[in-house]
Amino acid sequence: MKGPIRNTLKKGTTEKYGYLGIINFALILMAWSALAYSGLVSNIFLPTPVQVIETAYQMISDPAGDNLLHHAFISTARVAVGFCLSAIIAVPLGMFMGRLSSVRAFFEPLMGAVRYMPASAFIPLFILWIGLGEAEKITVIFWGTFFQQTLMVMDVAKNVSGELVEVSYTLGAKQLNTFKKVILPASLPGIIDTLRISFGWAWTYLIVAELVGANSGLGYVIIQAGRFLHTDVIFVGILVIGLLGMFTDLFFKILYRVMFPWLTKEGT
Amino acid sequence: MSGTDNKLVIKSVSKTFKTKKTDVTALQETTFDVREGEFVTILGPSGCGKSTILRVVAGLVAPSSGKVLLDGKMITSPGPERGMVFQSYTLFPWLTVQKNIEFGLELKKNGKDAREKEARRYLELIGLSGFENVYPVNLSGGMKQRVAIARALANEPEVLLMDEPFGALDAQTRTLMQELLLNVWEETRKTIMFVTHDVEEAIFLGDTIYVMTARPGRIKEKIKVDLPRSRNYEIKDKPEFLAYKRHALELIRQESIKAANIV
Ligand SMILES: Nc1ncnc2c1ncn2[C@@H]1O[C@H](COP(=O)(O)OP(=O)(O)OP(=O)(O)O)[C@@H](O)[C@H]1O
Ligand SMILES: [Mg+2]
Repeated sequence: MKGPIRNTLKKGTTEKYGYLGIINFALILMAWSALAYSGLVSNIFLPTPVQVIETAYQMISDPAGDNLLHHAFISTARVAVGFCLSAIIAVPLGMFMGRLSSVRAFFEPLMGAVRYMPASAFIPLFILWIGLGEAEKITVIFWGTFFQQTLMVMDVAKNVSGELVEVSYTLGAKQLNTFKKVILPASLPGIIDTLRISFGWAWTYLIVAELVGANSGLGYVIIQAGRFLHTDVIFVGILVIGLLGMFTDLFFKILYRVMFPWLTKEGT
Repeated sequence: MSGTDNKLVIKSVSKTFKTKKTDVTALQETTFDVREGEFVTILGPSGCGKSTILRVVAGLVAPSSGKVLLDGKMITSPGPERGMVFQSYTLFPWLTVQKNIEFGLELKKNGKDAREKEARRYLELIGLSGFENVYPVNLSGGMKQRVAIARALANEPEVLLMDEPFGALDAQTRTLMQELLLNVWEETRKTIMFVTHDVEEAIFLGDTIYVMTARPGRIKEKIKVDLPRSRNYEIKDKPEFLAYKRHALELIRQESIKAANIV
């Protein structure tokens, strides 16, 4: 009998093709440069990469209230609060909906309907009811993520292998123990994945929230820049959001690997 | 022949699944007894209701009629005194081999030391000492099923229910697993109900074989296997074994033909 087998093929594949992603970035950068520097597209519509970097640098040195980092921080804070509030309710609710058909029957039709109503359409109502402050922005983010998140967690919980549940019964587990010791751990990878994916949506709704009645945040910066045709600033705003998104995605992926060593063959 | 030493009594059990469109009768009235320490195999063509019987005994499925008694007590729900090993791999993937085996013991609130000692004992029994801290994803199919057997046995069940546990394994591994199971059985003397559609497997393992008819299944014949213990794979070439095999194959063939005509 041999010990655990190392899955060398899988590992090698990621390393082998890792450079392809970088090539993709490089190609886009080259195309952008070509269009911008050749004058084929006017600077008003497409700034050069160097311009964007310069603008970013300048925005970082701006006074406190107008600083790029300040806006990025505010936006991140809004997303984080809205997202966490949503997740705190969506995860347990989704779990119960996934496992208890009465809870599912009660909530699912409503959620299924609300999910298709664009969150941005609710903004006038939120402003009317809550005002223009932080609470309203967080509500928009919450509203945009919550329903989808709940339904995705529900699906994860629903799809836990019935045989794993049955085997736990034959080992003496009762419903509560089965929930704690089987359904929860079996659902965790799917839940973390749901959180990772829905974090992206939270960012989308942040910009929607900052379109109206905001005087800070990356969305605000982008909208303002649009009014004055500061294309370079728009680029900076979008790129910063992209970077932040990339980092959170990476964070969740690392979290996933650390939390679930049992999913991969190399895990032991 | 229902003496007092009957561990398990299956009395006029039948099962009809009610679905939206039609009712599917999976099992016709079935009655038999299992003695303490007996190794019973249930042999039948695909879809004849073998799993259904086992799941009724496990308490995972309620019978449409009849009842199952374990030590004289009626079975109404699943419980740790009836351990089960499934055909598909059902180890908890997030638990190490050791923790999988300890699962039932932890529910019984056994102390940590006692749990670990028990787990190690059963790991040794199935020949997987040294694999304590390995996650199931790193195990071969045969190893997974061995751990599943250890996990069920560690709970010290009164009866061990096995639903084609080696069905997904290759022929070589399967033979080895059958021998291993017999060793484990001789060591622990558990009462075992083992479902299979493999004729050789049913004869090799069983004291008694219940051959089932095609769906909706019922017991067609009871075969007492008078082959000496301890058995090893060489017995499969002996004339006595081959005689049992010929007879059982003929029974199964009749049923398979019937099943094929229905479709
Ligand atoms: N939950 C269920 N609902 C409806 N029909 C079912 C259900 N479970 C089993 N059946 C049907 O009952 C019949 C017997 O099923 P069962 O799984 O007991 O057979 P089996 O002998 O174990 O078959 P196999 O060799 O495929 O494992 C089959 O026709 C199956 O489709
Ligand atoms: Mg079956």
